[in-house]
Amino acid sequence: MTNDLKKHEDDMSTTTTGPRTPHGDPSGDPQSAGRVGGGLFDPKQLITSFPDAIKKLDPRVMVKSPVMFVVLVGSVVTTVLAVKNPDDWFGWAITAWLWLTTIFANLAEAVAEGRGKAQADTLRKAKTDTVARRLTKTGEEQVAGTELRIGDLVVCEAGDVIPGDGDVVEGVASVDESAITGESAPVIRESGGDRCAVTGGTKVLSDRVVIKITTKPGETFIDRMINLVEGAARQKTPNEIALNILLASLTIVFLLAVVTLKPFAIYAGADKQTSLIVLTALLVCLIPTTIGALLSAIGIAGMDRLVQRNVLAMSGRAVEAAGDVSTLLLDKTGTITLGNRQASEFVPVKGTTAAELADAAQLSSLADETPEGRSIVVLAKEKYGLRERHQGELTHATWIEFTAQTRMSGVDVDGKQTRKGAAGSVVNWVREQGGEVADDADTLANRISEAGGTPLLVAVKDDKGARVLGVIHLKDVVKEGMRERFDELRRMGIKTIMITGDNPLTAKAIAEEAGVDDFLAEATPEDKMALIKREQAGGKLVAMTGDGTNDAPALAQADVGVAMNTGTSAAKEAGNMVDLDSNPTKLIEIVEIGKQLLITRGALTTFSIANDVAKYFAIIPAMFAVAYPSLDKLNIMGLASPESAILSAVIFNALIIVALVPLALKGVRYRPSSADSMLRRNLGLYGLGGLIAPFIGIKLIDLLLSLIPGIG
Amino acid sequence: MSPVLAGVLQLVALVVALGLSYRPLGDHMAKVYSSEKHLRPEKWIYKAIGANPNVEMRWPAYLRGVLAFSVVGVLFLYLLQRLQGSLPGSLGFVSIDPDQAFNTAASFVANTNWQSYYGEQAMGHVVQTGGLAVQNFVSAAVGIAVAVALVRGFARSRTGELGNFWADLVRGVVRILLPISVIGALVLVACGAIQNFSGIHEVGRFTGGSQQWNGGAVASQEVIKELGTNGGGYFNANSAHPFENPNGLSNLFEIYLILVIPFALTRTFGRMVGSLRQGYAILATMATIWLVFTGLMLWTEFAGRGPAFEIAGGAMEGKETRFGIAASAIFSVATTLTSTGAVNSFHSSNTGFGGGINLLGMQLGEIAPGGVGSGLYGMLIMAVIAVFLAGLMVGRTPEYLGKKIGTREIKFAACYILVTPALVLGFTAASFVLDTPANSMTNSGAHGFSEILYAYTSGANNNGSAFAGLNADTQWFNSTIGIAMLLGRFLPMVFVLALAGSLAEQKPVPETAGTLRTEKPLFTGLLVGTIMIITGLTYFPALALGPLAEGLAA
Repeated sequence: MTNDLKKHEDDMSTTTTGPRTPHGDPSGDPQSAGRVGGGLFDPKQLITSFPDAIKKLDPRVMVKSPVMFVVLVGSVVTTVLAVKNPDDWFGWAITAWLWLTTIFANLAEAVAEGRGKAQADTLRKAKTDTVARRLTKTGEEQVAGTELRIGDLVVCEAGDVIPGDGDVVEGVASVDESAITGESAPVIRESGGDRCAVTGGTKVLSDRVVIKITTKPGETFIDRMINLVEGAARQKTPNEIALNILLASLTIVFLLAVVTLKPFAIYAGADKQTSLIVLTALLVCLIPTTIGALLSAIGIAGMDRLVQRNVLAMSGRAVEAAGDVSTLLLDKTGTITLGNRQASEFVPVKGTTAAELADAAQLSSLADETPEGRSIVVLAKEKYGLRERHQGELTHATWIEFTAQTRMSGVDVDGKQTRKGAAGSVVNWVREQGGEVADDADTLANRISEAGGTPLLVAVKDDKGARVLGVIHLKDVVKEGMRERFDELRRMGIKTIMITGDNPLTAKAIAEEAGVDDFLAEATPEDKMALIKREQAGGKLVAMTGDGTNDAPALAQADVGVAMNTGTSAAKEAGNMVDLDSNPTKLIEIVEIGKQLLITRGALTTFSIANDVAKYFAIIPAMFAVAYPSLDKLNIMGLASPESAILSAVIFNALIIVALVPLALKGVRYRPSSADSMLRRNLGLYGLGGLIAPFIGIKLIDLLLSLIPGIG
Repeated sequence: MSPVLAGVLQLVALVVALGLSYRPLGDHMAKVYSSEKHLRPEKWIYKAIGANPNVEMRWPAYLRGVLAFSVVGVLFLYLLQRLQGSLPGSLGFVSIDPDQAFNTAASFVANTNWQSYYGEQAMGHVVQTGGLAVQNFVSAAVGIAVAVALVRGFARSRTGELGNFWADLVRGVVRILLPISVIGALVLVACGAIQNFSGIHEVGRFTGGSQQWNGGAVASQEVIKELGTNGGGYFNANSAHPFENPNGLSNLFEIYLILVIPFALTRTFGRMVGSLRQGYAILATMATIWLVFTGLMLWTEFAGRGPAFEIAGGAMEGKETRFGIAASAIFSVATTLTSTGAVNSFHSSNTGFGGGINLLGMQLGEIAPGGVGSGLYGMLIMAVIAVFLAGLMVGRTPEYLGKKIGTREIKFAACYILVTPALVLGFTAASFVLDTPANSMTNSGAHGFSEILYAYTSGANNNGSAFAGLNADTQWFNSTIGIAMLLGRFLPMVFVLALAGSLAEQKPVPETAGTLRTEKPLFTGLLVGTIMIITGLTYFPALALGPLAEGLAA
């Protein structure tokens, strides 16, 4: 087992991996907003991103968001009108706030992108121009890293920066991957097997390897990462496109309502009150600017939340799909269980006490440095109160260390020999020493096997002869909190399937203990693939993790395939996400982030549309109360004057965008629960809230405005 | 008995009657559109029109059927009216002018039945019974067919096939509309409606002088006028005419006929998608809006202020004394919340708010419960929009009835909701920009505005009721309302069928605890809210300048 695997097992012992801010950013997030906490939001970003927001006023950029493009056109129209009639303070005020509305929308996007930029800069540093030592038929030659082609063989030695993505084809080396993963502990990369992939920009710390280049320059992992975090490669996701279509059609409806209002107003005798400026203001207030402004920021922030957890989604589509996942395939080892078996019980044979057995088990395991051996010492201490002893305490002792050949460990001290180990080895030892194996030892061992555990036998040879004392029950330990986690997933409508190479009996026992819905035992890659296809045939979306080359087809087939960064390049190519921490438990978090992204989008859409009701109540009486005095009864907010009413609505419309930027970036609070309770909560908060909030907001702005002389 | 109590009792009787027929009729319709067998008379029809009823159609083929059939219908009706003068059985009436003939042909084929003519002074037996009444049947059957195609889109997977238009059309007429019409006509005749082919009678008036009365196949046309949510009256006075609607009982029965199929179709929907509860949720949405609108209408009509109002106990102007306020209010809400447009009172004479309720009812898209078929598909489109807007809030991409609402689906739904606002607001605005149309208005101010807004709202939504007061028999109104009716009927059908095709191709998404539950009261509330907000936001300025300005001034 290589070092890096150990490290990851340690990581996995905590079921929740907090959002780690990569690259040593000291300000960690306290996870205040539920488990899928929000990202960071610093109000200062609003100011630092301002120049970028101005740059985005380019109509060619703006036209991508139909809603905001209409606002831009509106701003231009009112500017022209204000210039033509420079004495009209109202025209100038509306113009200013319309421009602010446009800029605020750009600001939201700029802030979201700005968060990725810092990270991209760090990555770029890693991507310095490297010189590669390319192997030729005759020897080696020095070429620039950018000139490498797929299939080239390059040599890297200690201190070299790996010039491109590839697989180790010869040798073994420790590699510093901190440039990508932010993790300083080196990892082992070796030819053959599932740990052969290396990433360009990482650094060889020791030894020498030959690497076969697998990607073209400019398309390497680090290049893709830079594009991703910068949002340069960002494409609109299917749901985002659909939402844009609906928003565009609502914009057309409101355009119709406002354009046709002019002849109606002339007929009603309110020509003067419905100037082009007022109508433009009404239009901007009605079209769904809030969601239109924040839509792309929400998408970028969703990707960013993944990046903060060291997960790279190769497409936004994958993040969206994560929210829809209804089946999770989870590898047993490392995800559900701690990854190594631990002693859970001492079962003595007849005539032996548990304490006697525990004592012998502990003594015989002191020389066993494997995790199993250590767990026996720990169990003896915790459950039987035996003080932990150390090898040094027993001076005359001869220690027999555990080896894979003997499969036994033990100690000879004061004429007493104690042994512990695999059933077969211990039985042989007892027989060799002329002892008898108790009848019930066999029965006990079988019982443990049947329950999915692994039995270890403990034996001694003293003045009473050689004999078996009892059995240690080793079992896979399910990580703490997994059952609750799976219950949550079930409430969210997600089915969990445990994948394991264990036999069905063992698998069943662990599946029951962990509380997963189903399991696939003795799983081969083909079985996994078949399972995914079966689930998908029923219309389900499947998520899985994998790292080996033989996982690649399944990763490609799954709707969300998360490849471990430690895995092969084939696996990383096949999946649509890469987890830099190589922590399979993160799959659950990825699903939650996907859901949070969709909820945020829905919540702000609902909020945006519900807002319009109040705006009508502000603007319609302002326009028509002169023509039809009865319509003044619609001025239920009691706004001071027609001008202040319209202006208040426009200001509210602009400010609400800025006010909601943090929500768009952090995502709405998300707790796993059923669709019903989530809908009820969010409808209440963002639907009803969206209905009521602008009444209060517009009234407050109107109160402030009416303090200005000449308006109220 | 107080008039208010009488109204409440009528409403209760109506709800009970509708409730009793809901199950058998809904299940019967589901069976009609799912059965494999053809009746003998149906086979004759298929042979006669050369259609193969067993061929499954994808959406473009289904649409071609709808459009081809309707084009033939418009041409036939147009020619029939243009040639009336030379046809027998015309009671001596002359041929209809081109613009009015176009308007009437469009109107009856589009299931609108807007009438810019006076039935008893313009149309003879042949046009009335051979042309208009026939369209009353088939245009209704077309509406149900399109709705059934959409339901099949939800119910079917991985196919794209939506059924056979000709089979759906013929079955709708033969197995649903005709049998109920026969029974219904007998009931109306028993109530006193006329049914003959007699000519014009000269009758003396109480006040001296004389007037002319036509005979005609009135009861048979009346029953399908209501049942098929058509609304085109044999006589100009429509259901206020004693030959069409003789008494309180016939009045209640006619309201029942208007509502019975649209409500029962939600059961058909539930049956066909395999979840009755989904049908109940749609029913609950429709019923909620209908009851609230009816309640508000009763309230505003009874609560009118001023001495004239108080003497009559409410807004009696423009209402038949035979029916009174309550029966007129219930009728007028039923007729405008469906695409019927039959009237038993003058909507123009309703209170300001009352007229607004009629207008808003149509502007909702006539979906509560709506026209036969069109009500169901209109409501399902709104459900798709509601699912899309709020469905994201459960953390999944939106899905309805196991089908993903993706880019294609939302495109069609978005186009659907654009059509009628564009027609209504566009033509109304154009009428005020041009000089002459305003000459048709009887009133000025907010009420005058409502007259024109109402005309296009009624036309584009295929309602057909008139606000009265507007002289719509001008070239401008005949042509533009005719266009509004045709586009308002058939463009949405294009999008509905395209949506149905797209849904039917999908594979279903299994329901889990993470799925938005669309059969729960919460969703019904959400759907009502979405409908009211989307429509309200579209029409609020226009409504403010018409009925709201008028109502708030009272």
